Amino acid sequence: MRERAPILEVRQLKTHIKTANGIVKAVDGVDFTIYEGETVGIVGESGCGKSMTSLSVMGLLPKPMAYIESGHIHFAGRDLTQLSEKEMRKLRGNDISMIFQEPMTSLNPVFTIGQQLSEPLKQHTRLNKKEIRNAVISMLQSVGIPRAEQIIDEYPHQLSGGMRQRVMISLAMLCQPKLLIADEPTTALDVTIQAQILELMKAIKATTNMAMMLITHDLGVVAEMCDRVMVMYAGQVVESADVRTIFNRPTHPYTQGLLASMPTANERKGELSSIPGSVPRPDEIPPGCAFAPRCSIATDRCRQERPVLQAYENQWTRCWHPISKPSEVTHAT
Amino acid sequence: MLDYLIKRTVQVLVVLFLALTTVFFIIRLSGDPTALFLPPDAPREQLEEFRKALGFDRPLYVQYTEFMTNAVQGDFGNSLRTREDALQTVLNRIPATFQLAFTALGLSLLIAIPIGINSAYKRNTLFDQTGVAFTVLGQALPSFWLGLILIYVFAVQFKWLPTGGGGSMIHLILPALTLAAYSVARFARFTRSTMLDVLRKDYIRTAKASGIPMYKILSVYALKNTLIPIITLVALDLGVLLGGAVIVEVVFAWPGLGRLLMQSLLNRDFPVVMAGVFLIAFIYSVINFVVDVLYAYVNPQIRYK
Repeated sequence: MRERAPILEVRQLKTHIKTANGIVKAVDGVDFTIYEGETVGIVGESGCGKSMTSLSVMGLLPKPMAYIESGHIHFAGRDLTQLSEKEMRKLRGNDISMIFQEPMTSLNPVFTIGQQLSEPLKQHTRLNKKEIRNAVISMLQSVGIPRAEQIIDEYPHQLSGGMRQRVMISLAMLCQPKLLIADEPTTALDVTIQAQILELMKAIKATTNMAMMLITHDLGVVAEMCDRVMVMYAGQVVESADVRTIFNRPTHPYTQGLLASMPTANERKGELSSIPGSVPRPDEIPPGCAFAPRCSIATDRCRQERPVLQAYENQWTRCWHPISKPSEVTHAT
Repeated sequence: MLDYLIKRTVQVLVVLFLALTTVFFIIRLSGDPTALFLPPDAPREQLEEFRKALGFDRPLYVQYTEFMTNAVQGDFGNSLRTREDALQTVLNRIPATFQLAFTALGLSLLIAIPIGINSAYKRNTLFDQTGVAFTVLGQALPSFWLGLILIYVFAVQFKWLPTGGGGSMIHLILPALTLAAYSVARFARFTRSTMLDVLRKDYIRTAKASGIPMYKILSVYALKNTLIPIITLVALDLGVLLGGAVIVEVVFAWPGLGRLLMQSLLNRDFPVVMAGVFLIAFIYSVINFVVDVLYAYVNPQIRYK
């Protein structure tokens, strides 16, 4: 898989938000690469910078409050941070598209499904009206929507949540993007519908060479979908490795905590475990390791000195005392 | 749908009944009109005779019952002054009033909606702040004052436009502008706040993520959602524009319903006043009904099954 060409390279991305209490570092020096055809999961609790990272890539940060302070986002050889709004617009919905968390509110209530799905094709292709209609219908059919010819003239409120998320997926897939960013695509759905949507996304992945950046806080979804995982905490990547390694041999105490807090289907004996405390507010991040106040094995060094991201073979971790330490440090940044 | 229509019709009837009853008794409090129709030195007997002839000597409830019985049949009596049919007199003024009210409404929407959209899009910029300042000014200026100033500037000083009167498009310009000034402010501010709200919605983010250009998002995708609450406001304002054009009609001597009502009230020409009130209440109810239907058209979520 690694021989494939990188499609997205994010280098030292820093995204800041201006607030009444000063500047908040929502994304604080994030590096990652996504290769063609690969699914990378970004995991973390609410407020850890997952969504801000994806909005930075899409160029959809709520300006002027949020902005990219520094760093580069290379997509198919172009630096997205240097593109004009017009150039970005040509990429959005075309080469990069996005699925959002809330299918109930992500579709415009006063336009029909057909009207909304036609728009990206109108913007990015030269198809005529009839061709667009046919393309939309066949896309709706391919995401498993029954009665596509009728649904195209219906309004979002006439569809269920699962159907709406299928519509959102078809909207994102219309122009056959090279990269799909899915921001918690199943969080708002019923469990049974979640499984269907994940199956659908896997099926789509299997037939295209599209890369996917999957943002979630559900490790079950990660295990199901992803090739590699990146764990974020307080705006930084704290651990990154392929999905097997993360599940079998987590090195960062935060990753371990996340895994431990996953309920398992067959066990009902004890209490669910949780990580004490909550993600620090971005303006209250301690000087040392951001996770130190919640970490059971934190030492004075953790509290004073910020750990660097170190690589152990193909596993990167930002911790002074990695658990289940692999052989040796190969390099560090 | 039929249930809905029946319900709405009953509502309209109740509104008309209450409006006529209230105005009937209140206007009687203003006193007896007979003295106004005879010379100041007319002998007492003549006054009494005239009062008897008009029926004002009878108890109030008898007059009320008679009025209502005739009104239901569309007969509001004759004007005390011109002796012409009161309802017809009022109806003759409707075209002029409608012309003024709808021109003012169209004008204010045409000015207000683009200002509101742009203010929301460029919020907290110079454009936004200037826009807000202007709209507040428009709302703060009393229409009689603004009307007089416009007459002074454009009619008296520059002599470009007539000072008043009706009949042509030229005559319509100043009163329509005066009448629109107040609504522009309301519409623009309301469009701005609604648009700001809509622009924060998830579906606008979806539209941006689909690569739709901003001008199209503003003028199509966000606008239709913004229009829904504006329609309600337009309905309310149309009532104000129709009924409240009184001052503007008087200032510009516009031959509309408002000016007629004003004159009739001063003359205590009761039949004309009652016919006018009836008509305004009726128009208001019909507008409200039309707006509800329009509302369903714009917002598919509340379509009547």
